[in-house]
Amino acid sequence: MLDTTKITKKGPTLILTTLFMLALTACGGGQQASENTTETTASTSRLDTIKQRGTLICGVNGEVPGFSFVDENGQYSGLDVDICRAIAAALFDDPTKVDYRKLSAQERFTAVQSGEVDVLNRNTTWTISRDTANGMEFAPTIFYDGQGIMVTKASGVTDVNGLGGKSICVLAGTTTEQNLADQMRKRGITDYNPVVSDDVDTLYAAYQEGRCEGVTADRSQLVARRSILPTPDDHIILDVVLSKEPLGPAVKNGDSAWFDGVKWITFALIQAEEFGITSENLATFDNTEDPNIRRFLGLDDKLGEEMGLPNDFAARVVKHVGNYGEVYERNIGQPLGLERGLNQLWTEGGLLYSPPFR
Amino acid sequence: MSEEQIPFWRDSRFLKILIQVVILLGVFLLFGVFGRNLINNFQQLGLSFGFDFIFDPDLNSRFDIGDSPIPYKATDPYSRAILVGLLNSLRVMIVGLILAFILGVIVGISRLSDNWLVRQLATLYIETLRNTPLLLQLFFWYTAVFLKLPKIDNPLIVMNTLFLSNQGIYLPYPAADWQNFFVMVFVVVSLGLMIILWRKRNQAIVQQGATGNFYQGLLIAVGIIAILGIGLGSNWRFPEYDGQIQRIQGGLTLSPEFTALLVGLTVYTAAFIAEVVRAGIQSVSQGQWEAAKALGLPSGLVMRLVIFPQALRVMIPPLTSEFLNLAKNSSLASAVAYRDIYAVSSTISNQTGKSVEMLIIVMITYLMINLIISVVMNSFNRFVQIKEK
Repeated sequence: MLDTTKITKKGPTLILTTLFMLALTACGGGQQASENTTETTASTSRLDTIKQRGTLICGVNGEVPGFSFVDENGQYSGLDVDICRAIAAALFDDPTKVDYRKLSAQERFTAVQSGEVDVLNRNTTWTISRDTANGMEFAPTIFYDGQGIMVTKASGVTDVNGLGGKSICVLAGTTTEQNLADQMRKRGITDYNPVVSDDVDTLYAAYQEGRCEGVTADRSQLVARRSILPTPDDHIILDVVLSKEPLGPAVKNGDSAWFDGVKWITFALIQAEEFGITSENLATFDNTEDPNIRRFLGLDDKLGEEMGLPNDFAARVVKHVGNYGEVYERNIGQPLGLERGLNQLWTEGGLLYSPPFR
Repeated sequence: MSEEQIPFWRDSRFLKILIQVVILLGVFLLFGVFGRNLINNFQQLGLSFGFDFIFDPDLNSRFDIGDSPIPYKATDPYSRAILVGLLNSLRVMIVGLILAFILGVIVGISRLSDNWLVRQLATLYIETLRNTPLLLQLFFWYTAVFLKLPKIDNPLIVMNTLFLSNQGIYLPYPAADWQNFFVMVFVVVSLGLMIILWRKRNQAIVQQGATGNFYQGLLIAVGIIAILGIGLGSNWRFPEYDGQIQRIQGGLTLSPEFTALLVGLTVYTAAFIAEVVRAGIQSVSQGQWEAAKALGLPSGLVMRLVIFPQALRVMIPPLTSEFLNLAKNSSLASAVAYRDIYAVSSTISNQTGKSVEMLIIVMITYLMINLIISVVMNSFNRFVQIKEK
């Protein structure tokens, strides 16, 4: 009698447990199924996924003026952001079809690997370990940067050797931390004190308050950050360049169709400047006789269609975003007053060089 | 109806075992699915899984750590960097635990004080700190308090011994030399002597009905000599400002990052501990107070001898949770630029791409630290429980 009641009491629990287990098995099955789908998408390429979705998901920094920054209207703007807009313009003929994801330095690679973002435009340095061990694929460099050091005038520091015994603010999770250590080791300075922060704003707050005599980051970032300090003239950027920092878009390894798309959309910006095509004079090229330009703009041949892009992708990019020179002037040249330097076309003594469109 | 005749699907003993087996299988299945997923993803990205890189002497850590308790340089292997991070974590945890406990007990008792102002202040403290996020408080301590201290070229000097600046807080610190070692031995011997004299005094009072004034006098004399010994004999390093290189040298340096994290964790956790203490004290029945008062004990002694020992029994288990919380919350260090084990490991995972491995290491480390805290607190708990004879 007693036993029966026990079993009846157990009844609901038992049913629940069974249901739970069934749900688990179903989950297991679902996992299997979704894994299969991932494999099929991998073979059909992310490019098709994005076209189906109708928007591009772009990972950006959001805290560096000139590269990606939220302006007073709540809109993202900057060089990195314009690359996202160029890709969206090429795919959808509409540069606004971009979903921006603000990523921290630590999050960025995981976000690409897991497919959370389609492309990473987060002033990311192209290095061998990121290209290989981290499973990235880097599109052409859009900004040749170098790591620099900014110090307060009051500190009296004039070169790197003067930084012995001083504190230097560094951002965590970047190559800058390692470059600084390498350079200090090279110069035999062991008693400097790196203050490593996770958050860009905390970092510059610490520098501004005098916690550190110097702050190190990519020179473009230092110029940009100096422009928003209370008294920019109290800070100098030392002449030294600690490292090479080629910044460019990155996508996940192993999807060559999508990688090719990003690569050639980026090249299109550079090639357009070389051809002298701007967003303003684009219409005048409609009847051009130059076969190179006709091919570039998709008037002849099928360069775009052969790689799964619209045939006039380059024309769309120029129409909506402009050529590289326009993008640079709009985001970096004018607002920050940074000379183009290495970021000039190869014909002007810089490093920007696009392979031919043919 | 004998037991054998019940069919097995209605046998409660069998069903109980079956449920356990099924649940166990389910758990294994779940982990299996996640594990397979991880391995698949690693293979897809062409990454390998392994912990060899940590101890490889050919792999330099390639980054410096400013605030390190042991010598460390960028050419050391990753294992050394992790050790520095661990020591930094332990440093803030241990000091934080002690300070939070002391502050928590003071605030908790103040909350029950007869003094209206003290009671209200304690309530204000608890309610403000307990009900705002810790991360916010840490940002506050770092950016609004410690970074706002004067700059290094014009430090705030308190009584010519304590230097405050936003590059560090500089305290006098005993030098590590033989002179201080002898002073320490002397102090320990004096303390031992004082304990013996205290016992003798109590013995004299209880057994012989004497006043114990003789022993008390001796005790005070030894105490004065010991204090004089510390004051005159010990060799302290005082921080000194060197205007030439704009630096303060000597003494103990606390970085603003460490101090901000320590203060933030301490005052936050102390608010919770205070509530635990208050609950513990209030759980002791009113009759105990009344009985002790009826014996003529002053209220200070009532608390020390009657109430607190009984409250401690109730307090220990929730107190353990608060200690564990403090240890875990210390991982917010990177928000205030302090290099704890989590901050160091994120730099390493960024450099090597071994994020899963580093996460596992950090998880195991926190697990071990917290298990040790639990074991210590549980044995202390057994020690204070009523022992039934």
